[in-house]
Amino acid sequence: MTLATEKPTDLPPRVWWSRPAFLPSTVTLRQALGTIGLGLPALFAFALLWEAAPRLGWVNAIFFPPLSRVLASLHDMIVSGLLAEHIGVSLQRAAIGFVLAVIVAIPLGLLMGRYPLFEKLSDFLVQTLRNTSQFALLPVFILVLGIGEASKIAITFYAAVFFILINTIVGVKSVDPLLIKAARSMGTSDWDMFRKVILPSAVPSIVAGARLGVKSSLFSVIAAEMLAAQSGIGFLIQNSSLMLETDRMYAGILTLTVIGFLLNYGLVAFEAWATRWRVSEDKGAV
Amino acid sequence: MNQPVNRIAVNRVQKIFQLKPGQSVTVDGQVSDRIKVLSGIDLDIRQGEFITLVGPSGSGKSVLLDIIAGLTEPSSGYAAIDGQKVTSPHRRTAYVFQQYALFPWRTALENVEYALEVRGAGKKERREKAQYFLSLFGLTGFEDRYPSQLSGGMQQRVAIARALSTDPEVLLMDEPFAALDAQTRDILQSELLRIWEQIKTTVVFVTHSIDEAIFLADRIVVMTARPASVKEIVEIDLPRPRDIEMRNGEEFNAYRARVWNALRDEVRKAQRDWALASTYNN
Repeated sequence: MTLATEKPTDLPPRVWWSRPAFLPSTVTLRQALGTIGLGLPALFAFALLWEAAPRLGWVNAIFFPPLSRVLASLHDMIVSGLLAEHIGVSLQRAAIGFVLAVIVAIPLGLLMGRYPLFEKLSDFLVQTLRNTSQFALLPVFILVLGIGEASKIAITFYAAVFFILINTIVGVKSVDPLLIKAARSMGTSDWDMFRKVILPSAVPSIVAGARLGVKSSLFSVIAAEMLAAQSGIGFLIQNSSLMLETDRMYAGILTLTVIGFLLNYGLVAFEAWATRWRVSEDKGAV
Repeated sequence: MNQPVNRIAVNRVQKIFQLKPGQSVTVDGQVSDRIKVLSGIDLDIRQGEFITLVGPSGSGKSVLLDIIAGLTEPSSGYAAIDGQKVTSPHRRTAYVFQQYALFPWRTALENVEYALEVRGAGKKERREKAQYFLSLFGLTGFEDRYPSQLSGGMQQRVAIARALSTDPEVLLMDEPFAALDAQTRDILQSELLRIWEQIKTTVVFVTHSIDEAIFLADRIVVMTARPASVKEIVEIDLPRPRDIEMRNGEEFNAYRARVWNALRDEVRKAQRDWALASTYNN
């Protein structure tokens, strides 16, 4: 079948390349650089104060070593590979717990969001567990799972799972009923409805929950390592503090700050990518 | 073989909605928690016919479409396609909605592919078909745009392309152009007719616009106010292909007067019902 087509007249001109929504435009990039530039003096002043205060005797240099010594210690740990080892251990624990949380929370959330009876049956239990602090449960995890890896993974799992679960449920419930109707009119099966309509439609909400979950997992593993561990960034900080190796302790804390920073921006970028189909500020065609 | 056959048969279809607990309506002085939307619709639609459905707001035109689509069950009576009672969405039926109903996470191309995808078509086949149907609507070059990057008119073109890509025997359209501005609306009407002239699928098209109804239709079905039944069927004997200039012609004016005559009392009745409902609510 070949049909003659006359070109409709209200179409905008062809565009060969338009910037995907997850990449910043030059304007936003320039604005971001401007913001960073404006923020730098305050950060620099803080660093200067940190360096000067112990040297001038304003604070005790044993508890508060100058920034240069902290950075030197950080450098040593990087060179010796010690830091990488501890980071690796912490991140691995957080990652395993987080991945398990994703595997459990998304299917459970899809079911709870889609089937009201299932939600009614499980919601009370979920709310009870959700409002129990993962830190309060750490002794239980240690008693039951031992002092090894299992208890750390359990706490990171517990720290992340409810963020993802709740957001998955919200995402599923907010699916546009018109999309469900349209999908049904095209003969979509139940399985395809889950896979191709409900899940993608819930992705923005799920990703937002996962972002909170990742941070929560990382913070929980640090806390758990401070209480009971022989490795990891949390252990490094706590142990250096006990040994009064304060420059090392601060180096550990700084490392955590940097990891937190990178993780946050990485997750924001991932979120922008996963929801790139959403309305962007510069519509290609209106 | 070439004898016209009834593609769609609507037989004494009634639809009664059960209201939620606590809600009630007053019909003829009787308080009830059930509301009758369709009261015995009979309608036969021939193969390849273009039917437009007009009626006052809230008269259940969309409900009738949903019943033909197999998305809602009638309370009594039935709708049939090719003699087969409709109980679930028919494979050869396609539905176009006023609000486009495109999947926002899929590009234009992927949206058109969806209908073929859930029917189990292979990747290559559905890609080629989707590209072809987008090109039919002048959307070549916009395949990779997300719906949020397209204008309303373009989004509805994608939705119609998606509906046509499965080569439907029945195309149901629920006020598809109502959300568009007047110019885009005129363009899309002509575009739809141009493509329909060549594929001649059976179309049931709901609209509020009398002009749109006349311009597109072989027959206009005028519905009564709720509970709806068929008030009158107007045969539109205008030559095809139709041109937008026709709307200024005498014949067109005569049809306009005739449809409006049939519709006027029903619209008044519907408005009275609304007024009544709001006094009761206050």
